[in-house]
Amino acid sequence: MALSIGFWILAIIAVGAALTVVLLKDIFRAALCMVLTLVAVAGIYVTLSADFLAGVQVIVYVGAISILLIIGIMLTREVQQGNPTNKFRIPAFLVALVFFGVMCFVFLGTPWQQSGATPVTPTTGALADKLFGEDGFMLTVEIAGVLLLAAVIGAIAMAREK
Amino acid sequence: MFAGLNNNPVSFPQAMPPDWPGNAWWHWVIFTVIILVFFLGSVIMFIYMERRVLAKMQARIGPNRVGPFGLLQAIADAVKVLMKEMVTPANADKIVYWLAPAITFAPVVMVLAVVPFADGALLADLNIGILYVLAISSLSSIGVFMAGWSSNNKYSLIGAMRMVAAVVSYEMPIVLALASVVLIAGSMSLNDIVIAQQSYPMLLMQPLAFLLMFIAGCAEINRSPFDLMEADSEIVAGFHTEYTGMKFALFYLAEYGEAVVMSSVIATVFLGGWQGPFLWPWLWFILKTFFVFFLMIWTRTTLPRVRIDQLMSLAWKFLFPLALINLIFTGIEVLTYPDGIPWYFIFANIAIGAILVLLWSRLYKVGGGRIAVG
Repeated sequence: MALSIGFWILAIIAVGAALTVVLLKDIFRAALCMVLTLVAVAGIYVTLSADFLAGVQVIVYVGAISILLIIGIMLTREVQQGNPTNKFRIPAFLVALVFFGVMCFVFLGTPWQQSGATPVTPTTGALADKLFGEDGFMLTVEIAGVLLLAAVIGAIAMAREK
Repeated sequence: MFAGLNNNPVSFPQAMPPDWPGNAWWHWVIFTVIILVFFLGSVIMFIYMERRVLAKMQARIGPNRVGPFGLLQAIADAVKVLMKEMVTPANADKIVYWLAPAITFAPVVMVLAVVPFADGALLADLNIGILYVLAISSLSSIGVFMAGWSSNNKYSLIGAMRMVAAVVSYEMPIVLALASVVLIAGSMSLNDIVIAQQSYPMLLMQPLAFLLMFIAGCAEINRSPFDLMEADSEIVAGFHTEYTGMKFALFYLAEYGEAVVMSSVIATVFLGGWQGPFLWPWLWFILKTFFVFFLMIWTRTTLPRVRIDQLMSLAWKFLFPLALINLIFTGIEVLTYPDGIPWYFIFANIAIGAILVLLWSRLYKVGGGRIAVG
């Protein structure tokens, strides 16, 4: 019961803040609302017993990515004029509506399986076994690492003074 | 559709303290009160201690009029600040301006939830304790950003930008230094890390990690010599230039609160937390916390303020590589001795740390007297 209440509060906060991100004119406030959405999603992870994932969500999305986003906003010229609209407003709305409809259709139509197993505690050991152990996702982790390294080097190569 | 949610029991607080005050709702109430009392009491004592020790080191006397030995000076200052008028700048972004102090302050107190005062005496023994500390403490910088932006003042904005540049850079060495401690302790729960320091404190096994954590921690919480986001001579007061009254007091509280939190985390992770002979565990914890803060005051009085380019190059060219190398060495040790590293590796680690610091400081340049840009 308490978990359901928690879920609904967090879900309403997340969806409301996400809507505000799109609808606000002020880009800075929109970025702050995005931070709120990400925190609410971290809260939903907590209700799902995924505490490690919640911590990573906060540290990566709130601590790093949104800060980068806000730095980007601060370094943008003429940020005061806000979030301008253009003639793609109506088509974009329609595409978003269709996407929303498809998502709703898929989510409501899928027979979700409920796991009867009790959540693993502590989660860190199980996660490490999955990521780095045998029969795990070691290759995927390493490919992601190489990809990120390539992105970092690419960014430096582009931003370097000629 | 969401019926599955009810099947999951809450996974934490799974590890409640075994002894006191029992696994019940009053646990939360009691420990919330304890944390608040500890937090506010320490902040007041830290402010008093900082002013007195600073004065002693500079051959002054410091505050000595209000109460015995000037002990009530911080409380008098708090009352004075509370009674001041609250001014909001004309072109400020009102909502963001009003929210910023609360968003800066709240995460600081939240970190103390996972810091143990004695064996098992903590609000929530999360098994992701260290990760929780890092995640929650990174929330404060959003509040600082909001303050800097919404004040509509260029000094505030510059202060916030500097702050964020510093926080983003110095997060790295902190995470890597703590990761090597977690490797040795085998757990991210702060209580388990303290228990792992039964025979000797982590400071001896990880001297380099302690140094990196201490330096990066000082920078993260804007203590001098890394306080250039609030450098009075350059940008008035940084992000809280436009704040007055209670809102300014909240920022001030958050600043010293971060010092409390950083000191208690360093004391827990590196100095053995509540472990110690003769005295009560909680007294050891508080003594160690104050000792770490004393070290912070000492560095503050000794060193001049760094420039922004020195700040950045110290983080990325000195602390970050050393933390990585330290993590690699620690990983090798843990792999070689999976059942616990023998005690004589203390000397090896101290030697490795000393050699690395000496060698790296030869390689490391901050661009002489000129500002090295690009």
